[in-house]
Amino acid sequence: MPPTRKSLSAAVLLAGVLLASGCKNVEPWQKRTLSDATMRGDRDPAGQGLADHMWFSREAANGGRGVGGGGCGCN
Amino acid sequence: MGVLGAATLSPFRLSAAAAKAGDKLPDLAKFGLEGTLPATAGKVVHLDFWASWCVPCKESFPVLEALHKEYGPKGYVLIGISMDEEKAEMDRFLKQNKVTFPIVRDAKEKAAFSLRPPGMPTSYFVAPDGVIHSVHPKFEGESTRKTYVGIIEELLAKLK
Repeated sequence: MPPTRKSLSAAVLLAGVLLASGCKNVEPWQKRTLSDATMRGDRDPAGQGLADHMWFSREAANGGRGVGGGGCGCN
Repeated sequence: MGVLGAATLSPFRLSAAAAKAGDKLPDLAKFGLEGTLPATAGKVVHLDFWASWCVPCKESFPVLEALHKEYGPKGYVLIGISMDEEKAEMDRFLKQNKVTFPIVRDAKEKAAFSLRPPGMPTSYFVAPDGVIHSVHPKFEGESTRKTYVGIIEELLAKLK
């Protein structure tokens, strides 16, 4: 039996509700987990050096790391 | 417009517009903060939102303690508002970073959602008439200390 317009609307609405429930605004004072050292992109200098080398070699891209912090909303 | 007057409906929580200079500071007693609030009526009030996981907050503590010791007897009240989810984490931090100014914990995040500090730490300076003088996110060492001293002395002059 083909889906009716009503059932299709209900399915879309349900999907929207489920997707929206996965969203969360993280406020500056709620960033404890994000401020963890493991969240820092530059925590492994050797790994970062290799990644930079790869990007420069393959894509002639370099730098662009001017943003500091681990997303903790601090300084 | 009052701090709570410009409330907007976020998808998941009713939140107020960020407090700014010129707004009246809401009554802190209504936020259900854990800990004892000092008397603030007619005093220069400094609210400092901090958390144990925030590195600049840790750097700010010796400066805040010095401000409290120097200006506390002159009518300045500093209140540290911890945003730690776990009280144990706050206690552990305070054990390692001893201060004598009052610390309360915003466990229910009511104060934070009312004032909406834009970063950690954020300091609010409040004039003796209860109006917010200025809002200062970030702590950047000596330059921030000098800014704070200037504001405190300016506001204390109003008490005389």
